[in-house]
Amino acid sequence: MDKSPEQPTRKPPRFFGIHARPGKAFSIVLAILPFAVLLIVYLTASEIRHRENEADKLLPKISQMTAAVQHMAFEKNRRTGTYLMLNDTLASMKRLLIGTGLAAATALLLGLNIGLFPGINAALNPFITFIAMIPPLSVLPILFISFGVDEAAKIVLIFLGIFPLITRDIRLAVHKLPHEQLTKAATLGASQFQLAYRIILPQVMPRLIEAVRLSLGSAWLFLIAAEAIAASSGLGYRIFLVRRYLAMDVILPYVLWITFLGFVMDWLLRHIMRCFYPWYAANGGHK
Amino acid sequence: MSSQPGFLHIIDVYKAYNGKVILDNIDLQVSRGEFCTVVGPSGCGKSTLLRLIIGAEVPTAGRILLEQQSVGPPDIHRGIVFQKYSLFPHLTVLDNISLGLRLGGRPGSKEMSGKEIYEEATAMLEKIRLAEHGNKYPHELSGGMQQRVAIGQSLIMKPKILVMDEPFGALDPNTRENMQLFLVELWEQEKMTVFFVTHDLEEAAFLGTRLLVLSQYYVDDRGNGRQVNRGAKITADYQPPATVSSKAVKQTREFNELIACIRREGFDPDFLQHAEEFNLKHPDSFQTLTREESG
Ligand SMILES: Nc1ncnc2c1ncn2[C@@H]1O[C@H](COP(=O)(O)OP(=O)(O)O)[C@@H](O)[C@H]1O
Ligand SMILES: [Mg+2]
Repeated sequence: MDKSPEQPTRKPPRFFGIHARPGKAFSIVLAILPFAVLLIVYLTASEIRHRENEADKLLPKISQMTAAVQHMAFEKNRRTGTYLMLNDTLASMKRLLIGTGLAAATALLLGLNIGLFPGINAALNPFITFIAMIPPLSVLPILFISFGVDEAAKIVLIFLGIFPLITRDIRLAVHKLPHEQLTKAATLGASQFQLAYRIILPQVMPRLIEAVRLSLGSAWLFLIAAEAIAASSGLGYRIFLVRRYLAMDVILPYVLWITFLGFVMDWLLRHIMRCFYPWYAANGGHK
Repeated sequence: MSSQPGFLHIIDVYKAYNGKVILDNIDLQVSRGEFCTVVGPSGCGKSTLLRLIIGAEVPTAGRILLEQQSVGPPDIHRGIVFQKYSLFPHLTVLDNISLGLRLGGRPGSKEMSGKEIYEEATAMLEKIRLAEHGNKYPHELSGGMQQRVAIGQSLIMKPKILVMDEPFGALDPNTRENMQLFLVELWEQEKMTVFFVTHDLEEAAFLGTRLLVLSQYYVDDRGNGRQVNRGAKITADYQPPATVSSKAVKQTREFNELIACIRREGFDPDFLQHAEEFNLKHPDSFQTLTREESG
């Protein structure tokens, strides 16, 4: 494009290059595109397979999936007298929330004290680093043996799986606070206890929420792994149970449902962050 | 200036980091009510001296006394204002100001009710002229406003001494000048003792009732070889013309001559005075040199 006088500035490209400005509407189109492609590819493949074999189970039709959801979610199970999908969801969410909550609380206390007090750091930091190195799934058999196959083992697995990382994150956040703050707090008469729990702790809370957001993916992984191996309810349990009958019409909606639950939790945490910690983003935190 | 000598006493103080001497046999005595400014080239050890006074670090040798008491770790008797990070970003302006009162209150004073604390913090907010901004967070304020909050936050504790490390160093020239006037007024009202570090000569000469130059550019009888591990000393100690609450003083000849003189004495690496001949004119000034320094 030549630079004629009537065209003093060139419009930035809409898509290509680092200067691209896609604009709001076009961004939405772009965001939908991969989903649409995936859907079309699926529908086409499903159609082809069903044309070849009417009883195909691998790529069920949309109608088959809605029928399965109808059956799992909105009809009482004849054997148990409960709504299976609701039951599975409640069981999984309970484990996930308790495990993640315990991990977050523990990590907050540990990370805060390790980060602030050099003595505690010397005593505990190498240990936490060691724990963080253990692949959590490798201790799952130990957990089943020691805690039984009920709730405890699954919760402990989630806890062990995510608390070391959050602890280290909180510790780093404490380290990153300017040293001036500690001096300033002391000149305002803060005891060490007040420093830790009234000045430092509120400042690392948003960092805790961020770390939990990032850890939720792992938490789901550990939950589903534990449920797959030994459980009598739960989303992971169901998926691995119906796998034996190749019930893709149940598995696929369940996967979408789990994804949706994860999305909602992430969205909630992000909003808690925005409402309660408005100062955080302005001081170098992530949005 | 009515003064009680021996309020802040620094005697034979050394500070070294990893064997490198930064502060080299510092002697200093500051009276109560003094506005003491410290200037010097960047990196000479001004902040280090300040950290020793506040107690955030301990001297390698020597003693620091506040009202005849050896100073310990930072406490409620010494207020501080840094260039940045003096405020707590998660607290509103009002909560920042009242923080000290809420944490434990002033030493020796009776416990204050929430209402009393609120009233006192509000009064301080007015004093620093931020009455309408109490519910904002620090990041919503301009740099100058933030520093006023930091000053109010320290002052509400009525510290024996207010220590400031380049508090206006990040402000634009206009705001900076306003802040200087603001601080002088506050100092006159509150009759406080201030220890003020800056690298801006004009600021130091304008604000100070006493002006110290800290510099590593000097000679003494230890010679000049590489093996001499020399640190900064107080190379000049002035009593600037009486502080006036007007920036007109900055235009006077006297003021500008003083600045030119200090610039040479403290900031010119080629102008090397002997330690025995430092310009220590202030009545409170004293210096004890070791035998090596003046043989
Ligand atoms: N904690 C520290 N460890 C090692 N060296 C330091 C430390 N703090 C300051 N210094 C050194 O001491 C010197 C003086 O620093 P500082 O007091 O900050 O100077 P100023 O405030 O006058 O600019 C600098 O050379 C700096 O590198
Ligand atoms: Mg400095």
